[in-house]
Amino acid sequence: MHQTGDKLIKWLLMALAFTALTSLLLIAIFIFKEGVPFIARVGFKDFLLSSDWQPQAGHFGIYPMIVASLLVTLGAMLVGAPLGIACAVFLNEFVPKHVTRIIKPTIELLAGIPSVVYGFIGVVVVAPLIRSQFGGPGLSMLCASLILGVMVLPTIISISTDVLASVPNAFREGALALGATRWQSVHMVILKAGRSGIVAAVILGMGRAIGETMAVIMVAGNTPQIPHSVLDSVCTLTAKIAIEMGSATGAHRQALFAIGVVLFIMIMMFNSIAMMAIKKRFAGK
Amino acid sequence: MRIPPRNTQALAVALLGGATGLTLAILVFVIVFILGKGLPVLSLGFLLDNPQEMGKAGGIFPTLVGTLILPLAAIIIALPAGVGTAVYLSEYTVENPATRIIRFGTDCLAGIPSIIFGLFGFIFFVTTLKMGWCILSGALTLAIMVLPTIIRTSEEAIKAVPASYREVSCSLGATRWETVLKVVLPNALPGIVTGVMLSIGRCIGETAAVIFTAGASLRLPHSVFDSTRTMAVHFYILAREGISNENAFGTAAVLILSVLLVNSVSYWMMHRFISRRTK
Repeated sequence: MHQTGDKLIKWLLMALAFTALTSLLLIAIFIFKEGVPFIARVGFKDFLLSSDWQPQAGHFGIYPMIVASLLVTLGAMLVGAPLGIACAVFLNEFVPKHVTRIIKPTIELLAGIPSVVYGFIGVVVVAPLIRSQFGGPGLSMLCASLILGVMVLPTIISISTDVLASVPNAFREGALALGATRWQSVHMVILKAGRSGIVAAVILGMGRAIGETMAVIMVAGNTPQIPHSVLDSVCTLTAKIAIEMGSATGAHRQALFAIGVVLFIMIMMFNSIAMMAIKKRFAGK
Repeated sequence: MRIPPRNTQALAVALLGGATGLTLAILVFVIVFILGKGLPVLSLGFLLDNPQEMGKAGGIFPTLVGTLILPLAAIIIALPAGVGTAVYLSEYTVENPATRIIRFGTDCLAGIPSIIFGLFGFIFFVTTLKMGWCILSGALTLAIMVLPTIIRTSEEAIKAVPASYREVSCSLGATRWETVLKVVLPNALPGIVTGVMLSIGRCIGETAAVIFTAGASLRLPHSVFDSTRTMAVHFYILAREGISNENAFGTAAVLILSVLLVNSVSYWMMHRFISRRTK
């Protein structure tokens, strides 16, 4: 009796264990099912490389949105990566452990602040500042990059800190024993040893930035155009989906799901590269 | 020309320290700015009154209710699946291709952005299953979103229970399931609760996945089949449509306070859990 009961429970738990995988497959299937036939109908090239987005007229080109998403993500990385890596190095190599133990959770609280709040800060503080200092509409690529750059900080800092902590102490001691200063040991030894992991942290940050929606809608201005300067208003892939989803029907809605497909593939690519880099690092240990 | 190492060291400390200081300053600024403008708006009436004119005047009571119910419903759905997965992975099997696939699926799910969850929830729960915009659609979508967090934290917590506990339990004649239920899970509880709190924090702040699945109705929900609006969605609508900056700040203050409270409690619990473990 006990035996059969235990076996039943084992099967039940195994079924539960496949929930995450099943959900992932369902998500992929349902988004692809809506989006892929649409891309096939419009034509791969016309969908990805045309700049003409007029749902009423049946024109669905997302080229400006792809460019905007990539540029905003790049901008966010230019802000977030140096700042995040610097933070991680400082906390891990230059500050006593008990101080780190207070500062690190404080920074992780940054991750808890909802993205709409960041967006709001962008609208009421950063955008007016850009408008008065540099001109332009304020709500712009620059504003989106700054806000997203701050939003990816917790991801970059917490993964980089873990990576740096996993560099064996013998590396540090060896460098210091040879007469290197702290900074020399960091940039000559520790950063080299942790390179792949830090790259992974930055790529995961990119995945977060390119997928972020609500904050971007609020601060990017949402004009679907190829930007000529960082002060121009842009519309990202995510923003396009979220803004038009409420009112879209028929082919228009399918087009938005097709954008979802493009986004899904981009993010899966970023994340698998990062995951492979992290796995390789920790498997080598 | 070579700069002496002593100087590069000093320069590095200044720059890296400056970056850390800047990060902390941004965090403090965001919180102080929102609370500074939002707290003066708050009153008991603001929390307990119904909104008027789409939120232009009045309070935020229905959104408070939505913010309580939606994350709770999501956790009720995600918790059995998440803890079940963690128990299976750590107690009932060894590393094999199946567990690798499960872990891969969990990792991928964790990287999916909330707008994709929103799209999926809309096309699957709202449209295909004909559930409409309602609390249940929203909760199911959020449950999938937080599943990876719950699986990971539960697995960590279960792994931290000493093997000797299990051996003693089994040697007393308990079955594996009895051991899990009476020995492993009670000892892993603080860790599991930490994961739950982190997940609640994420649900409270979520917008994109909620607005397309649970809708944005300002009426008080009577069942899980009614639409609701959470504080985050309400704040987004107030701010984006420029309905009322004052009420937007007030809502943001309540939002930030709830997320900070939930996250601080979970960090505190995690800290206690880790220090007990290493004793």
